[in-house]
Amino acid sequence: MQPAASARDKPTASERKPLLRARGLVKAFGGLLAVNDMSISLGQGEMLGLIGPNGAGKTTLFNLLAGSLKPTAGSIDMAGRDLTRAGPERRIASGIGRTFQIPRPFAEMTVLENVLTGAQNQAGERIWMNLLRPGRVAAEERASVEKARSLLDFVTLSRLEGEPARILSGGQRKLLELSRILMADPQVILLDEPAAGVNPTLLELIIDRVLDLNRQGKSILLIEHNMEMVSRLCSRVVVMAGGRHLTEGKPSDVARDKAVIDAYLGGVA
Amino acid sequence: MSVELISYGAFFLTMALTYAIICLGLNVQWGQTGLFNVGIAGFVAIGAYVSALLTTPDTAGRIGGFGLPIVVGWIGGAVITSIVSFLIGALTIRLRADYLAIATFGVAVVVQLCALNLEALTGGPFGIGFIPRPFAELAATPLLFSLANFAVVALLVIALYFVLERLARSPWGRVLRAIREDEPAALALGKSAVGFRLQAFAIGGGIMGLAGAVQAHFIGFIAPDNYVPMLTFQVWAMLIVGGSGNNRGAILGAVLVWAIWAGSAGAVASIFPPGEQARAAALQIVMIGVALCAILLLRPRGILGELSVVSRHLGKLRRGVAAPAPTEEKTENAANT
Repeated sequence: MQPAASARDKPTASERKPLLRARGLVKAFGGLLAVNDMSISLGQGEMLGLIGPNGAGKTTLFNLLAGSLKPTAGSIDMAGRDLTRAGPERRIASGIGRTFQIPRPFAEMTVLENVLTGAQNQAGERIWMNLLRPGRVAAEERASVEKARSLLDFVTLSRLEGEPARILSGGQRKLLELSRILMADPQVILLDEPAAGVNPTLLELIIDRVLDLNRQGKSILLIEHNMEMVSRLCSRVVVMAGGRHLTEGKPSDVARDKAVIDAYLGGVA
Repeated sequence: MSVELISYGAFFLTMALTYAIICLGLNVQWGQTGLFNVGIAGFVAIGAYVSALLTTPDTAGRIGGFGLPIVVGWIGGAVITSIVSFLIGALTIRLRADYLAIATFGVAVVVQLCALNLEALTGGPFGIGFIPRPFAELAATPLLFSLANFAVVALLVIALYFVLERLARSPWGRVLRAIREDEPAALALGKSAVGFRLQAFAIGGGIMGLAGAVQAHFIGFIAPDNYVPMLTFQVWAMLIVGGSGNNRGAILGAVLVWAIWAGSAGAVASIFPPGEQARAAALQIVMIGVALCAILLLRPRGILGELSVVSRHLGKLRRGVAAPAPTEEKTENAANT
């Protein structure tokens, strides 16, 4: 398996057309600047790693990009379209899908229903369409079910489609979450620590699927502490510390960077 | 079986089914969407008063009295309550569950106080009487009158059940459940939680208003004392006993809890001397409390729990029988293989 090689074969950051861009992002919680003048750019088809010690502001930055938090200052755009003030429900319509650090399945709904919830612009989500245009709703639902099942095949959860999501293990929940956002066909996928708490065998499956998605043209921003995974998946890594952009480069280079080592050892407050 | 017994049975079931309608409304709000409405009595009262004002004859010294047909009163009660629910929801729906409960409780208190004090509109503490009753021409033969009323209310409940089931098993119902389960996750999937919660609140409120209207016409008289917090407690007990999130459970719970309520009232009347009956009536509440505790201990999800597969289209599209529920360890292995 040579995924790192495949990542290196891709165009460099400077050659890629920027898709998701954040400039000068600031997020203050009272007197604490969780994210401080942070800029980041994700290119078309790129797989970008975001690393940093605990408390560096990675997840806050993620929440800003996903719309769960509003920035105190700065801007976010997707393919040139300004999304700075757009809420999370508008981000996915703009092509940005996210997973959560701790997976959030709809516990009492079946695995298949969980995935179906990711479908966008469904006529059946409007009350009157269910009563007045049941044929159209049924046709859309048939197509959605077919797509959801193919996504469950992709993440190897097919045989659990009728089970409530609450019975899934931590790793399976991460896969379910991934298939759920894939229902929305996002161009950009924000993956928040997909390896956390996952056993090594299942981790291989997750890495394999993430690589598949990238080969299909999805742009992926990955927060991860597992440097081996980051090295295998990403051609470029951005390092955050103390809410700021510390450095960026190839995974092998940043791993040797003295400022990065200092940050992980507590050198940057 | 005596005529009186059949007549009473029909009367009992009609009353129980009017509560079932309220329960179906609460099931849309709480069972499907997780909206903690503790002001049910207020929404039922609005429907009852609106329908009474639309259908009663003109009365000196009271606003309203339009003398319209009963069906218009029912529709008016439902529509106006739905609009009021929408407006209340627009102000309160962003509140967290416990704060929404406080806000809706406050709404119910305000509605009851309005009913008590706006005498020119509501008749004040004396309420509104002579509300037209369906099949009033059959009143001379109680059996026919009771059966006819029961048939109408039963048909209404069946129609409502089918419409609500259709919605619950649609993509719309799926979004409501997703919001109930995890709002941030639903937002991340592009679902406007506020919009869907507002729709569920308005529809549930409208159904409660319809129930208030139907009840008002069945009894023929309404007063502010009918719409006290006890009504809210009864309806919550009904939904929890029957099974929150399940429309059949809502109907079953309404009939069972109403049976406990009516049965315990009969028991109090026969066991206690007349002078003690007013105080002994508190035992009715104790009986419902005991039933509630028993259900929560023995069947925490209610007698008929929520069904796990909700899409009405999945029954036709099922590609195979789902595997038996595996344990955590088994599921981990399943994904690994």
